[in-house]
Amino acid sequence: MSSLLLSTLALTCLAAGCSGLNPPVDPPEPQTLPPSPGQNGSGEDVPSVDVPRALGLFSVDYHHVQAPFEIVLWIMLASLAKLGFHWSGRVPAVVPESCLLIMVGLLVGGVIYGVRHSAPPTLSADAFFLFLLPPIVLDAGYFLPGKLFFENLGTILWYAVLGTLWNVLGIGLSLYGVCLLCPASLGDVSLLHCLLFGSLIAAVDPVAVLSVFQEMHVNEQLHILVFGESLLNDAVTVVLYQLLESFLRLPSVSGPDVLLGGCRVLVVGFGGLFVGLFFGLLAALTSRFTPRVPVIAPLFVFLYSYLSYLTSEMLHLSGITAIVTCAVTMKQYVEANVSERSNSSIQYFLKMWSSLSETLIFIFLGVSTIQDVHMWSWPFVCATLLLCLLWRASGVLLLTAVVNKVRRNKVTFRDQFIIAYGGLRGAICFSLVFLIVDFPKKRLFITTTIVVILFTVFVQGMTIRPLVDLLDVKRKKRALPSVSEEMHSRLIDHLLSGIEDVVGYWGQHYWKDKFEQFNRTFLRRFLIREEQQNRSSILRVYQELERQEQGERETAVQAKTVPQTNSRPLLPEEMDSIRRILSRNLHRFNSRIPAYSRHTLHQDTTRTLQRHRSLGERDTQVEDAEFNGLHSVRSGLRRSHTVCTSPTSSIPEEQAAPKHGPKKHLSFDIESE
Amino acid sequence: MGSRASTLLREEEIEEIKKETGFSHSQITRLYSRFTSLDKGENGTLSREDFQRIPELAINPLGDRIINAFFPEGEDQVNFRGFMRTLAHFRPIEDNEKNKNAAPAEPLNSRTNKLLFAFRLYDLDRDDKISRDELLQVLRMMVGVNISDEQLGSIADRTIQEADTNGDAAISFNEFMKVLEKVDVEQKMSIRFLH
Repeated sequence: MSSLLLSTLALTCLAAGCSGLNPPVDPPEPQTLPPSPGQNGSGEDVPSVDVPRALGLFSVDYHHVQAPFEIVLWIMLASLAKLGFHWSGRVPAVVPESCLLIMVGLLVGGVIYGVRHSAPPTLSADAFFLFLLPPIVLDAGYFLPGKLFFENLGTILWYAVLGTLWNVLGIGLSLYGVCLLCPASLGDVSLLHCLLFGSLIAAVDPVAVLSVFQEMHVNEQLHILVFGESLLNDAVTVVLYQLLESFLRLPSVSGPDVLLGGCRVLVVGFGGLFVGLFFGLLAALTSRFTPRVPVIAPLFVFLYSYLSYLTSEMLHLSGITAIVTCAVTMKQYVEANVSERSNSSIQYFLKMWSSLSETLIFIFLGVSTIQDVHMWSWPFVCATLLLCLLWRASGVLLLTAVVNKVRRNKVTFRDQFIIAYGGLRGAICFSLVFLIVDFPKKRLFITTTIVVILFTVFVQGMTIRPLVDLLDVKRKKRALPSVSEEMHSRLIDHLLSGIEDVVGYWGQHYWKDKFEQFNRTFLRRFLIREEQQNRSSILRVYQELERQEQGERETAVQAKTVPQTNSRPLLPEEMDSIRRILSRNLHRFNSRIPAYSRHTLHQDTTRTLQRHRSLGERDTQVEDAEFNGLHSVRSGLRRSHTVCTSPTSSIPEEQAAPKHGPKKHLSFDIESE
Repeated sequence: MGSRASTLLREEEIEEIKKETGFSHSQITRLYSRFTSLDKGENGTLSREDFQRIPELAINPLGDRIINAFFPEGEDQVNFRGFMRTLAHFRPIEDNEKNKNAAPAEPLNSRTNKLLFAFRLYDLDRDDKISRDELLQVLRMMVGVNISDEQLGSIADRTIQEADTNGDAAISFNEFMKVLEKVDVEQKMSIRFLH
C-alpha cells in the first residue's frame, strides 16, 4: 500500500515536472495530434541536422511525445490510485471511491500548483462531454435492468422532468431573492443568471449517483428510480441550459420564447430517443453480418453508440438519452448475433472504459479545484447549498405523493428520503459552469459549483451509507433466485397475463406481450442471423455433454449442502441455460399445439449467449460456492469490483475448457463460424 | 348493454359481493359489465367457451388452467358471484387491511390465498401436493416444444429438490409457501382494478 502511494506520488512529481517544462495543456484529448508540424520539425532538427553540435549519445525530446505522454500519465495515475484504494479493505467500506479519487486529485493538483505556481490543467468541457462521459453512460445503458426500468418508467420520467423543472425554478428564483437581499456583493447577478445557475446545479449527476449507489445495495426499485432519474434528466437540463443561455444573449425574453423552450424539451428528448433507436437498430443489423470477422464485432457496438452520441450532440439533442437508447435497443440483438467471446469482450471493455472515465473525472474534479482565483461569497454559497437540499426534498415529497396514487408498489418515506438525499451533483455541473459566457460573477459560480459538488460527494456520499443502515431501508435481496422462484414467478406472470385478459385490463402484462409479439414477428426476424437456429441444437448438445462431464467431475469434488435425491447439483452454466429457457419461452404464444416449424425453433436460438452475462456474476461465483444461481443483470450496475475481480475468476473457467479435447474443438468451430 | 347490466345486478347482491370480496361499488359494476360482455349466451353465467373466446387467453400457455380456476369443482357454469370470488384473489392488499385482525375469515386476497390460487394451478388432482409429473406438465406448457425432456426433467428435479423438506419428492403447500417467501407475491399477484 505504501509502495503504491509512493509510486503514485513519484508519478505525480514526474507529471508536474514534465508539465513544468511546458505551458499547461488540456490533457485528455486523445485526438490531439502529436505536436504541430512546426514543433515537430524543430524537434527533429535537434539531433540530426544541427551541424555544429557533436553527435550526442543521448537526448530527450519531450515535445515530440508530449500530448500522448501526459495523457498516459494521467490515466496511469488514475489507475494506480484505484488499485491503491482496493488494496486496503477497510477504507472503501467507509469512504466511497469518488471521495478518495477527488482527494487524490486535490493532492495532485496541490503538488502541481506547488511546483509550477500556476493553476493546474482543468477539465475542459469538450474533453469531458466528448470523451469522458459517453463510456460511462454507455456502460450504464448496456447493463440497465430493462424490465425494472420499463416498469418504473412513468415514475422515473415524472421525477426526471417535473422534478428537475421544480428544482431549477425553485433554486433559480430563490437565489435571485438572496441576491436581491445582498445588493452589495451580489447586486450584478441578474435573474437570468440565477436561473441559468439553477439549471446546471439542479441536475442529479449519473456518474456520482452510480459510483455511490453501486456500493450500497439498496433495493432495486430505489436504485433504478434514482439512477433512471439521473440519466433521463439530461434532456431537461440540456434544454434549460441552452435556452437560458440563449436568453442571456437576447435583448429581451418574451412569452413565445418560453413556450418554444417547452416544445424544445420534447424535441430534445424524443430526438435523442429516435437517434438512439436508429443507431441501435443499425448496429443490430450490422452485427448480423459479422460472423465471418468476429474480431471486429465488438467494435461496432462502440462505434455505433458513440456515433449516436455525437450525432445528437451535433443536433443539440440529448446525447445521454441517445446513447442509452442505442445501448438498450441493440443489446439483445447483438448478443444473439455475436459470438460468445465477442460478447465478453464487449462487456469487459465497457466496464474498463467506464471505470477509467469515472476515475479520471473524479481526479480531475479534485485537480480543478485548485484554482488561481476563487471568488467566495458566504451568502451565495451557503444559500445555494441549503436551497439545493430544500428544493430537492420538497420536490421529491410532492411528486411522490402524487405518483404513489397510481403506483402499485408505493415509494415509502424511507425510500423518498434516500431519493432526495441521494441527489448528488457531479462533473456535469462542473463542465456546464465553465461553458457560461464570461461575466463578472462567473468565478463565483464556479466556486459555488465546486463547493456544492464537493459537499454532495463528500458529505452526502459518505453519510448516505450509514443512513441507509440506520433507516433500515429495504436492501437488495442478497440471495440469488433459485430455479423454483424463477419458475413460480413465470407461472405467476402467465397467470396475471391471463387474468388481465379476462378482466379486459390493458395492464403492464398486456403491453409487454404486445411488444414481445412485435419483437418476435418483425424485429428478430430481420435483425438476427438465420444460421443461429441451426446452431442452437448443436450448442444444446454441446452444453449437455459438457454439463454431464463436468457434473461427474463436480460431484466428486464439491461438498453438498442440500441432500441430493436423484439429481446432481446444477452448475452455473446449467442454471444459466435454465433461466434462459424459462425467460425466453415465457412469451412464446405461437400456438398451443406444438408445431415443429423453422420459426418456432428460431425463438430458442435468440437466447443470449449469456455465460458471461454480466461480469458481476463471476464475483458471486467465487464467493458463493453453492452455485445456487446467478445474479440477474442488475449486478451489472456494479462497476468497481467487477473489473477488479473478474479476471481471476474467469481463469478457472478457461482452464476447464481445454480439458475436454473434442469439445474444445467443437466450441472452436462454433465460434469461428 | 349498460342499462341492462345495472338492472340485473341488485343492490343487495352488490353489497354481499362487496363484503365477501372487498371490491368497491364502482369496481363491481364495472366488472359486471365485463361479465355480461363475455356472456354471449346471456343466461347470467359463463361457460368455458365464453372464456376461450378471449383471444389473448387462447394463446396463453396456462390458458386452460386459468379458465378452470374460475369454475368450481365439477361445474361447467360460473355465475357472477363465482367470477368475482376468483378475481378477488388479485385485488391489491391495502395497507390498512394488513393490520386488521378483526375479519373472521381471511380475506380472499391475502398472501396465503394468492399463493393457494397459484398452487392450485399446478395441483390439478387436488391432493395438496405438486408431484413431479404435475410440475413437468406445467413446465412443458410454459416452456414449449423445443426443449428436450431431459432438460425439463432436470429443471423439475431441481425445483422439487429446492423445495422439498420432508423428502416425499413432492411439493406440499407449506413447502411451496416457504420457497416463495422472499418473492413479493402481494405485489406480483395484484391487478389494479380501475375504479
